[in-house]
Amino acid sequence: MSTVERKIVRPYGDTTGDGMVQVSFTLPVPHDKRAEGAAVQLANKMGMDPAMLVHAKQMGDGFTFFVVYGRVNHLVDLAAVQVVERDFPLLGAKEVNAVVKQKLRRKLSVVGACIGTDAHTVGIDAILNVKGIAGEKGLEYYRELKVTNLGAQVSVPELVEAARQERADAVLVSQVVTQRDAHLHNTREMSAAFREALPAGKRPLLIVGGPRFDETMTGELGVDRIFGRGTTPGEVASYLVHALITNKRAK
Amino acid sequence: MTGKLGLDPALVARARELARRAGRPVVELARSHTTVSVERAVLRLAGVSGADPDGIPWVNRLVDAVVADVGLGHGVAVPVFDALVREGITDVTLLAQKAAAGSVRFDQPTGRAATAARRAARRSVGVGVRRVDRRRAERDRLVKRYGDPAQRPWIYLIVATGDIYEDIPQAQAAARAGADVIAVIRSTGQSLLDYVPEGATREGFAGTYATQENFRLMRAALDVSSRELGRYVRLTNYASGLCMPEMATLAGLERLDMMLNDSMYGILFRDINPIRTFVDQRFSRQVHARAGIIINTGEDNYLTTADAVDEAHTVTVSQLLNEYFAHEAGLADWQLGLGHAFEINPDVPESLRLELAHALLARELFPDAPLKWMPPTKHMTGDVFRGNLLDGFFNLVGAMTGQGILLVGMMTEAVVTPWLSDRDIAVQNVRYVLGAAGGLHEDFVPASGGFIQQRANRVLGEAVDLLERIGEQSLLSAIAEGTFGIMKRPADRGKGLAGVARHEADYYNPATEILEAA
Repeated sequence: MSTVERKIVRPYGDTTGDGMVQVSFTLPVPHDKRAEGAAVQLANKMGMDPAMLVHAKQMGDGFTFFVVYGRVNHLVDLAAVQVVERDFPLLGAKEVNAVVKQKLRRKLSVVGACIGTDAHTVGIDAILNVKGIAGEKGLEYYRELKVTNLGAQVSVPELVEAARQERADAVLVSQVVTQRDAHLHNTREMSAAFREALPAGKRPLLIVGGPRFDETMTGELGVDRIFGRGTTPGEVASYLVHALITNKRAK
Repeated sequence: MTGKLGLDPALVARARELARRAGRPVVELARSHTTVSVERAVLRLAGVSGADPDGIPWVNRLVDAVVADVGLGHGVAVPVFDALVREGITDVTLLAQKAAAGSVRFDQPTGRAATAARRAARRSVGVGVRRVDRRRAERDRLVKRYGDPAQRPWIYLIVATGDIYEDIPQAQAAARAGADVIAVIRSTGQSLLDYVPEGATREGFAGTYATQENFRLMRAALDVSSRELGRYVRLTNYASGLCMPEMATLAGLERLDMMLNDSMYGILFRDINPIRTFVDQRFSRQVHARAGIIINTGEDNYLTTADAVDEAHTVTVSQLLNEYFAHEAGLADWQLGLGHAFEINPDVPESLRLELAHALLARELFPDAPLKWMPPTKHMTGDVFRGNLLDGFFNLVGAMTGQGILLVGMMTEAVVTPWLSDRDIAVQNVRYVLGAAGGLHEDFVPASGGFIQQRANRVLGEAVDLLERIGEQSLLSAIAEGTFGIMKRPADRGKGLAGVARHEADYYNPATEILEAA
């Protein structure tokens, strides 16, 4: 956590401090005067005062969609914001390879998969495939990393077995589907399986990624690191080097 | 046929010839092998239905019992109908129950007993095929009565709650809002289940299980909507994954109208064994041909893993292969919903012109196919405002290039499963574009020798080059080496391989015999 000097801000429409926001939502009522009043009431309860109802449109029989602009009375205290800041230096591919080669003196083994019923390999592929994402090459491109991408719908026992066979230094799991909190259940199941299968010193670094994770939940999910939306392969590689070599944890 | 792009007819003919050459060994492979799912589909046509108390379908129990006694390579029809005679019963489902209890032994008969079993199997499967025929006639009648959608492209909307009884009102609401085609997305895990779940289901992950009963319930509900709206609302599901032949069969039996059915998707994206997939593909396409079902192929998926500009030609190659496999299986051009997608990075300069070139290339190469135009997904971010604009451009390209089926893009793609309001905004977007520019394809003729023509010709040229390279080795090794969508899939690996067998000399499949006689 980093400390920021105490600073209060409000949302910005077109003037500092005006507190203007815009929201949209649906209420399960047909469109009439009362429905519009209900939308304003909700906006008021959300802290918007005055609330301007700028658009209302009935959808089907019993639903209405609203767009509301208005001023919120809430203040944001930047000092009280809690986020996980990057706590490791960002390295280029060359530097990553150099550190692994000089300090680890073998290839660093990474095993990745989408576990459970999740078939969305977009995330894990973006991080692992040579192709990478947004012009940045994936981990397969790093000469000193040995990458095993198991793909989609891998069962937890299969993943543990593959990690054992590949002598994985790190296991990367991607989870996109969040229906009924599947991403959280799957991650807990995965970390529990690794705890059960391998003694503390032999356990690979467990990393999970996906667009809907809360990055502060590592303890609760039993993993070493959570990466959220927008993570790049370079960040993951830099973290691997930091956690496994330059700042090796006492496991 | 130089058309709007000035394509070289000789090059187009060469592309088709190369696709045929690449596909033919795969067809030979499909003709000489069978799979557990093909055999289960045969039993479904013969009338086996229902599941045991654990939810395992009787077709699975029966095929497993036959395989344990005589193996898969003879086909299950003859051993099953031979056992019926010996057991003195007529109900095949009852035989499955007895077999599951271990009280029936199966043999592969010869001589007169074999001839009698073949005849009985053919009669029984014929009843199922005739039911598929009646469903097709019923569709023709309803389309005549209620009519087709007034416009092209048809508007295709997705429903996916996990609960069929929630899906139904959502699908009917979507139809009322303007959807011409409703697709019920399957639960994520289903493609790798080696059985088809039974009954009406109320739980699923990011989708609803495809079951015969769910098919029936949704089709009946959309028949009500068709009557109400005065246009026939079509229903789509998935003939993919390990149970592809059975899904196709159930779709035919319950009058589904379209099925996702790609020749390579399962191999590349679900790591299903290539041989299993090609055998299952051929059978399922023969069923779709008979049932009058429009298939939707999955080329859009390649572009979600590979770059949509660099790899545009792999889409063309896959379309040509899908066309060859489809024709070989008896599908007509009007049944080929060949897929392609609007997936070029919007930050690439001239991305819209590139999209127009690719979309028009598909249109010109397959003039009689109802092409399926898929919306942006890879470059949709949480920025829903930009996403809505991108979807508008996608709709515009669809209108300008005369696409047949337009899958409605959601601005909340990659954010949430679509909300009611997301769907409403998305349909509004489509309606605006089709209303404002629905006939623009009549006026849109790219400049001769200009950017769009050059780009389209270049993609076709690259497609021909790739087909030449595939021809020098084989399609199976091309797949093994990661030619499509970057995934490497060797023929001796992947899920479902255990359920594949080479035909014995006396292999018999009455369904294939009937379908190929047509």
